[in-house]
Amino acid sequence: MLKNMEKFGKLMILTCVILIALSSPGAAVTAEENAQAINDVQTALTFVWLLVASALVFFMHTGFSLVEIGLTRSKNTANILMKNFMTITLGILVYWAVGWGVMYGADAAGLIGTDQFLLMGVDNATFNGWFFQMVFAATGATIVSGAMAERTGFKAYLVYCILMVAIIYPVYGHWVWSGADAALLTGAESPIVKAIGVAHHDFAGSGVVHSIGGYAALAGVLLVGARIGKFRNGKPLAIPGHNLTYAFMGTLILALGWIGFNGGSTLDGNDPYMNLVVVNTFLSAAAGAVMVMLITWMKTGKPDPSLTANGLLGGLVAITAPCGSVSNGASIVIGIIAGIIIYAGVMFNENVLKVDDPVGAIAVHGYCGSWGLLSVGLFSIGIGNGILADAAYAAEVPGLLYGGGVGLLAIQATGVILSIVWGLGVSYVIFKIIDLVIGLRVPEEIEIMGLDIAEHDIRAYPEHQLIED
Amino acid sequence: MYKVEAIIKPTKLHEVKDSLEEAGFASLTVTEVKGRGQQKGMVQQWRGRKYCVDLLPKTKIEIVLSEDEIDEVVELIRKTASTGEIGDGKIFIYPVKSVVRIRTGEKDGDAL
Repeated sequence: MLKNMEKFGKLMILTCVILIALSSPGAAVTAEENAQAINDVQTALTFVWLLVASALVFFMHTGFSLVEIGLTRSKNTANILMKNFMTITLGILVYWAVGWGVMYGADAAGLIGTDQFLLMGVDNATFNGWFFQMVFAATGATIVSGAMAERTGFKAYLVYCILMVAIIYPVYGHWVWSGADAALLTGAESPIVKAIGVAHHDFAGSGVVHSIGGYAALAGVLLVGARIGKFRNGKPLAIPGHNLTYAFMGTLILALGWIGFNGGSTLDGNDPYMNLVVVNTFLSAAAGAVMVMLITWMKTGKPDPSLTANGLLGGLVAITAPCGSVSNGASIVIGIIAGIIIYAGVMFNENVLKVDDPVGAIAVHGYCGSWGLLSVGLFSIGIGNGILADAAYAAEVPGLLYGGGVGLLAIQATGVILSIVWGLGVSYVIFKIIDLVIGLRVPEEIEIMGLDIAEHDIRAYPEHQLIED
Repeated sequence: MYKVEAIIKPTKLHEVKDSLEEAGFASLTVTEVKGRGQQKGMVQQWRGRKYCVDLLPKTKIEIVLSEDEIDEVVELIRKTASTGEIGDGKIFIYPVKSVVRIRTGEKDGDAL
């Protein structure tokens, strides 16, 4: 009986193979049908690639959470986890309701989008694009939570977070990425682009995501003030974080996410230049980390772990604008300079500006973001030249060091200035209003007790008896 | 009867515990404590800045012994816990008035 079944099975398979072989050549395909089929596969590939890339960027919120809790004290862990968690969850809803429309809706004067709110009237392809852009918007917003950690009230942060995803981020994003003819920094009809003669280029958001987030963080820390005990007679002191393991895991998760962040930003699953993008991204990241390790080693006698981790992130942020426009060598130089900016930026913030940023977010995202924008103007190879012979999405013209003159550098610098004016200025006004209406900072006794118990009635590690200063 | 109280480096606990057991002194009480000696703690580094940890984690071992065992145990702990570096700790010896075994009610020498 069993043997008969086996025989029957074999016969069936053979029949199927013969039938397929007979039927296939019969179905002749026209050239048009063939082209259509290829087109369909390519579209599907882009959809799938962008969903994978979005998933990687979504996962970066795990990274942000871990870096921020690792570099701060255990008494504020639950509060920081909640702030990061609510950033992505509110981000989904707010970017759906308002943010996307402001960023990609029908253009008004090159400044702001005006329709597609609640994703009304959009097609299936737009859902794909929305999801990718949404995870970016939430990334920009969450940068602020680390810089302002350990003393900013939960309610105040939520209000800021909503306004960031609804207005601050998407308005600047509209100027750069909306594709509108009049888009302030990139549209051919924009007076700025006309005057300088070349469009601004920010591949995946050194400016749009990181600078805006970083300078919003600077506005926040200026207003909220330093943590109790950070400065004594104006001299900055160390407040060690509670878990370097989390900080390093988070940093590596962020780096993983950058494969989606930069790699996905060609917005085309068939663009072979995503490979150059990913290689450049990691060269810069590595150079940034090595550079900070060497600087701290020379300056203090010991290589500093958490600053070195910041160095990797600085390299990643800086290369986010130029990654599709520059050579491998230039990427390493960009990462090395990002490393210098990380160390100098963290020290400048504490020694000169006297601001308290427990995780280094302002140096990582603000300063290195600006450097990334400028680096396009220096190192861009230009579409059609050398390794960019077939590139579709890169800075159009060569940069200053590649014989392109100062035009590209000038428009990149314009972007830097606008991102500072907008990111710092508007955030400052919004934080000021929040401060006046609900108060930005928790009372002193709550800050000393820790925000976990005061704001959430829980400790992140309830079974540990922790001694805190 | 005497109590030997040794404050040692936490990293030395296992070595000290094992060598005591080998020498026939299995009973002991261990507590995680914090403290400092003449060096006033230790300078560490966070994000490029020095800071002083002025109370360091230490381990306290307590053993109660009869008088004839004291010298052997103290010397054993001293030898095993020593690294020759600062912060190796100290050993204190106190007289013990009385001992009671909770389970049986045995007293003093019988209870050890």
